[in-house]
Amino acid sequence: MALLSIVTILPFILMIVASFTDEKDLILNGYRFFISNISFDAYIYLINQYEIIVRAYGVSILVTVVGTVASLVLTTMLAYPMSRRDFKYKNTLAFVVFFTMLFSGGIVPSYMLWSRVFGITDSYLALILPNLLMPAFHVLLVRNYYQTSIPHDLIESGQIDGASEFKIFFRIMFPLSIPVVATIGLFTALAYWNDWINALYYISSPKYFGIQNLLIRLMNNIQFLRSSEGSALIGAGSVELPSTAIRMAMGVAGLLPILILFPFTQKYLIKGVLSVR
Amino acid sequence: MFKKIRLQSRSKATFSLFLLAVPGLIYLLINNYLPMFGVFIAFKDIDYVKGLFGSDWSGFKNFEFLFRTNDAWIMTRNTILYNLAFIFIGTIVAIIIAIFLYELKNKLATKLFQSSILFPNLVSMVIVSYLVYAFLASDSGLINLSILRSLGIEEINWYAESKYWPYILTVTYLWKTAGYTSIVYFAFIAGIDKSYYEAAKIDGAGKLRQIFSVTLPLLKPAVILMVLLAVGRIFNSDFGLFYQVPLNSGALYSTTQTIDTYVYRALMQMNDIGMSAAAGFYQSVVGLVLVLIANKLVKRADPDNALF
Repeated sequence: MALLSIVTILPFILMIVASFTDEKDLILNGYRFFISNISFDAYIYLINQYEIIVRAYGVSILVTVVGTVASLVLTTMLAYPMSRRDFKYKNTLAFVVFFTMLFSGGIVPSYMLWSRVFGITDSYLALILPNLLMPAFHVLLVRNYYQTSIPHDLIESGQIDGASEFKIFFRIMFPLSIPVVATIGLFTALAYWNDWINALYYISSPKYFGIQNLLIRLMNNIQFLRSSEGSALIGAGSVELPSTAIRMAMGVAGLLPILILFPFTQKYLIKGVLSVR
Repeated sequence: MFKKIRLQSRSKATFSLFLLAVPGLIYLLINNYLPMFGVFIAFKDIDYVKGLFGSDWSGFKNFEFLFRTNDAWIMTRNTILYNLAFIFIGTIVAIIIAIFLYELKNKLATKLFQSSILFPNLVSMVIVSYLVYAFLASDSGLINLSILRSLGIEEINWYAESKYWPYILTVTYLWKTAGYTSIVYFAFIAGIDKSYYEAAKIDGAGKLRQIFSVTLPLLKPAVILMVLLAVGRIFNSDFGLFYQVPLNSGALYSTTQTIDTYVYRALMQMNDIGMSAAAGFYQSVVGLVLVLIANKLVKRADPDNALF
């Protein structure tokens, strides 16, 4: 078991070690687990390029925060009526939500709709709206939570006190949803942070790149420059030629937020996985 | 008994509740239901000048073109075979890990190991592509330089040889998802009544025998459920795994092209809306049929666990 854990972590260690390795060493000896010459060059280079990186982080953070908050609001607002036994349309809603998990129109109509009809290409909306904003699965999870964990008496007492349905939701249900909201909030935030596919479809201007898409561009850039046709165009782009250690350092930079937040969120993540059951 | 006094009438309450649901419903309409109507695109010969609605109908022409190409066969074969491998090997590995975890006495160790095997699931496929690159880069990767070179074997240009990628992608996929799946199976195992194990122990069964006679048989319903659900999704694939990890290398298409990557490339790179829409429609319809069949089978095996 311990062996397995080590094997699982191995690739990360490799990447981290490589980012601290002297560039010449990397080219001569390739990646290794033990460094002979520690060098911070890669990170110094990155710090000098801070504008691009900070911008990418900023975009990722903005999209993650806005997307997650919007998602939580939308999800809970839809799940709550579905959870009420006395709501006339609860079964219709359940079907409407569930059916989207069975059949999808496909990428082409989606793409046409978002880019042509709503015109969100090259905007922050393109990073937030398509697909990730309200997963049907989360709606069902929250509904089940409301059905099983929140006693109907609370709602009744609210009704007796004369509160409107809106008040009941925002004053009573919302504060009580913290556990389930924490879980799906985590999953949603993770999904937004890791998303690069929306940008692949809808973004062409680098200023909207999050950290993931920046990493993709960097990886491609090197591929591009390796071929002989590409080398004639060195210096034409705004992103300079990153070397291997720098690329690994960027990878570490992309990994860092998850690495740091993981110990704190682990409990909720595992609970979330189990709640699938 | 007292009649409940409502200060808000029933119909007003229903209306208010419905209003709460409206934003979410609007989103579902835009994001999920409107595109469903867009399946007609696959049956048209789209001309941007004439627009989506003005373009001529082409019947099944797009589908004819699609299935005449070699691509259709390759992408379908790849998608299905990879998924079968993932389901089969993935389930076995996940169960083994789950059993090991269950047998651990040390709570701290269990938590630690669960964290470390779950961690790969949290990083994006882009990071994974970087990690794979650290191993497979042709001039500086770990495998070529440190392993092959020291063994005297000639270096391999990994990103140009398609034959290795089924193994590479399967290992990568397992590395990323086994932890997550094993936690799900762990929960199932933890739900097994301990008295079964005690009864087996009284009958003289050792640890290994207990696993084969108690744990595995009692896991069967869970495995059937998970496998059937996965089979329902056999026409889908992880886009990041098949597009980004191979670094979008054309030389590898024969073993890395799946239906999802084909739809993307046909739409965004080849600008062939007809083929892309046809492939997407093909995937959605077959996917729906498979999920319905899978659900029927699950209902027969274990009615409580069916999706609907």
